[in-house]
Amino acid sequence: MAENKGMLVIGELAGGKLAAITTELLGCGRKLADELKEDVSCLLVGDAVGAAAKEAIAFGADKVYVAEDVALKDYQADSYIQVAEKLVKDIAPRTVLMGQTSMGRDLAPRLAFRLGTSLTTDCLDLSMDPVTKMLTQTRPVYGGTAQAVFVSELTPQMVTVRTKAMSPLERDDARKGETIPVKVDVDASRVRTQILETVKEEAAGMKLEDAPVIVCGGRGMGGPQPFQTVLKELADVLHGTVGASRPPADNGWVPEALHIGLTGKIVAPDIYIAVAVSGASQHTAGCTGSKHIIAINKDPEANIFREAEFGVVGKYEDVVPALTSKLKELLAG
Amino acid sequence: MPVNMIVCCKQVPDPEAPPAVFKVVDNKMTLPPDVKPVIGQYEEFALEAALKIKDTTGGKITALSLGNNFVRDVIKKALAVGGDELILLEDEAFDGGDSWSTASALAEAIKKIGEYDLIFCGRQSSDWDSGQVGPGIAEILGLPAVTLARKVEVVDGKAKVEQVIPDGYQVVEVTLPAVIVVTSGLGALRYATLKGIMAAAKKQPVLWKPADIGLEPAQVGAAGRRTRLEKLFQPIKEGKCEMIEGETPAQAGANLAMKLREAKLL
Repeated sequence: MAENKGMLVIGELAGGKLAAITTELLGCGRKLADELKEDVSCLLVGDAVGAAAKEAIAFGADKVYVAEDVALKDYQADSYIQVAEKLVKDIAPRTVLMGQTSMGRDLAPRLAFRLGTSLTTDCLDLSMDPVTKMLTQTRPVYGGTAQAVFVSELTPQMVTVRTKAMSPLERDDARKGETIPVKVDVDASRVRTQILETVKEEAAGMKLEDAPVIVCGGRGMGGPQPFQTVLKELADVLHGTVGASRPPADNGWVPEALHIGLTGKIVAPDIYIAVAVSGASQHTAGCTGSKHIIAINKDPEANIFREAEFGVVGKYEDVVPALTSKLKELLAG
Repeated sequence: MPVNMIVCCKQVPDPEAPPAVFKVVDNKMTLPPDVKPVIGQYEEFALEAALKIKDTTGGKITALSLGNNFVRDVIKKALAVGGDELILLEDEAFDGGDSWSTASALAEAIKKIGEYDLIFCGRQSSDWDSGQVGPGIAEILGLPAVTLARKVEVVDGKAKVEQVIPDGYQVVEVTLPAVIVVTSGLGALRYATLKGIMAAAKKQPVLWKPADIGLEPAQVGAAGRRTRLEKLFQPIKEGKCEMIEGETPAQAGANLAMKLREAKLL
């Protein structure tokens, strides 16, 4: 059997455009491919992906495989896997890269098991061994208290990559690439799921992923109220938004969409203010990319202080309103 | 219609233990003996999802776990909270597996159990966090799967699932049998009642070795891996937090604002 070659990025769209994670994967795939002098391919699936295909080339793809069909409008594992399985078998890539996103978490293991190959999820770092041409895959384990380095025993070697772990290339609309339509023949009898309804739950205002400042409340907030008052006032002064660690989301104090952590959103704002957050590894996994972390906690031993640049020991009821009003004063003057 | 359910559970080191007690020694995570293992947090949610269906629709819950050296009163919690049966794939040969060997063995065990409408898994184990076993079982058994489920009902012979998506959720209907991979958001696992604990104490788990599920020792655990663990390590944290003080906590809060201005963060 011929040796597998090249990198395949299975891309995602967000509002008709190439998703940020896909630009990051293309940047990473480009680097790995260049080391081996191989190609980067990108698969885009949906009902209208033409514009995103051009973007994929601008962000580093040599070939974009485009699978367009009304039946592929919404992601469903049972339909998308038919397209992805066929393409991987046809082009036999060395490596398949996907995002550690809702789709990647769902599709990547399905595809790996169907192809009978291995998958390493949630990678933070990837490097290519120039001799064996196998990837060294680093990912957090034990909720982020440790990291593990894996090597696949088989090709294609599949990985999912954490959002914001890799850098995209500078967009270059002059880059040349090839767009290749994929013949889509989805067997509807093999699609056993049906989306009945989609409900938006995001709180009004800016998205956590886009916010320059996040004020994050933890278990110590004690209930839903302070998220809408004390924390929101602080966030408003800094033109930021409010998030939460897992316990407030689990307890229903805030919508799940505000949950920051290993199993929630991964964020990287300029300023991250953690209030009454203990700093369990599974939470800090979601915010360590922040430029500046500030912690307020009544427990001087709280783990969050190990992650923070500045800290205040005290009850949030005392510290946060004083911080907010002083900030107001400073920012006004 | 009574629903036949299988819930895959894993015994893991308590993830709520303070991060400082997790120590890597010789490429293995080692914890002090006083840190008791628990059933993984997402498998607890999976159990609760199954129990909610048993409450409303009726049915049978078989808890299934793979490992070695199970602590009986830890894993028997699955019975104490309302599970009907407990099957343990317990053998040295199951040690050191990856997602591939684990999902393969669980799938063989599920085939042997034979009757099932819903197979529940947690979204990721609380130790290796890989998140592959649920979808993997679905592929091996040729079943549909719904991941990141936070609410599950059985209606008219199908499962209706609330699936978490980045900005909300979607309601997905799936044919049975199906694999449901559960995330948080459906509420904590209920407490075991005294009656439940007493009943669980009397019940003996069913024990299966690799041969009982038609597998050779070379196909399970470390021998059946498809990824090689090169290294396990703990990144060093610098811990250079500057503590801002004040005569009162409020004063410290105001001083923090001053500090942020001084550090040009505003």
